[in-house]
Amino acid sequence: MIRSASAILRKDLRLEARTKESVPAMLLFSVTAFVLFHFGLDRDSLDGELASGVLWVTLLLASVIGVTRLFAAEREQGGIDGLLLSPADRTGLFLAKAAALFVYLALVELVALPAFTLLLLGPGLQPELLLILLLANLGLASVGALVSALASEGRARELVVPLMLLPLLTPLLIAAAGATEPLFSGDGGPEDLGRWLGLLSLYDLVFVLLSVAVFDYLLDD
Amino acid sequence: MNAAIELECVERRYGERVALAGISATVGEGETLTVLGPNGAGKTTLLRVLATLLRPHGGRARVLGAELPDEAWKVRGNVGLLGHEPLLYRDLSPRENLLYHARLHRVGEERVGEVLAAVGMEGRAEEPMRELSRGMVQRVASARAVLHDPPLLLLDEPRAGLDPAAAELLEPLLGRASGRTRVLVTHDVEQGRAEADHVLVLEDGRAA
Repeated sequence: MIRSASAILRKDLRLEARTKESVPAMLLFSVTAFVLFHFGLDRDSLDGELASGVLWVTLLLASVIGVTRLFAAEREQGGIDGLLLSPADRTGLFLAKAAALFVYLALVELVALPAFTLLLLGPGLQPELLLILLLANLGLASVGALVSALASEGRARELVVPLMLLPLLTPLLIAAAGATEPLFSGDGGPEDLGRWLGLLSLYDLVFVLLSVAVFDYLLDD
Repeated sequence: MNAAIELECVERRYGERVALAGISATVGEGETLTVLGPNGAGKTTLLRVLATLLRPHGGRARVLGAELPDEAWKVRGNVGLLGHEPLLYRDLSPRENLLYHARLHRVGEERVGEVLAAVGMEGRAEEPMRELSRGMVQRVASARAVLHDPPLLLLDEPRAGLDPAAAELLEPLLGRASGRTRVLVTHDVEQGRAEADHVLVLEDGRAA
């Protein structure tokens, strides 16, 4: 399973490096959204709940682009049949797609976070944010791969992906924003952060297990 | 001779529409079944059922000793499908595509060089697929179909887009000489009958 997952992941990253269909679009969306918030709110800096909400809503909406494109090459170029004809474990396909989305999100955040800091954030970024991003990205990647596979056979996938993805991501948004808010307001103790990180970890665990359990059936005729 | 394919009254529907109804056939190991029929007769559906990409909705289908759909996992990896779609990524080169499929099929990477040479694509192996002609794409797709040396080949118009020289080049891989069991879908009735041990003519999803 690891061998096939690694082969699929390498292929996906190579295709993205050549076609640049997902990461640049996600990044452009994020930075544009921060610029719009900057002028729309008419504020040079945000803090607390507002800063946290703006950051996470923007990242979640940007992820919709990546999720919509995640199975594009398989669907448009027949790659899914090639995979299904091979003895490769289908769980490997889920792991590879989730890992690819995780990498896309990390690349987007690498540029989007400095842009967010520059355009909107009053207090600077704190290292704890990395842990929150790691756990949130894991959950996003897991749910994103599941939803993308579900929507890949449908005709209106651009509509189906956000309609399915965003409600499923609501608990993740609440936990990630709750964990980030004290970092942006300068109050709140480590016990608050621990509680929200615990919730994020639980969300990740539930959706990774659920996705692994049902992914096989999604690809069945 | 053992039967590689046994079909008894196989059915397949798409919603209310019947795509295959009461299809029966037996094909021995190393034999060729030619499937003929007009567009929409169910030929491609039959290939996809045999490839385990579609479930039969009725009857009994046994492929390479495995009952479909319950034992489909036994068939995967033992079938080479060459259909309308090449199942190749346009932004990867022929070599990258075949290396990817070799990893999925747990085949040694040296096999990629062998099949590229066999289809005469060594010289264009590093160019993106999107820059290759239709015939060249078909050659690479043929290499993909036999990369893992499958005992069963499912061929849907395998000569489409090929010039006579290319068709001759692929004959040892895809033709009778390959020694593999083959299901050949074609509109070329003369060629199809010439290659066949058995002929199945489909019309509106039924054997005519």
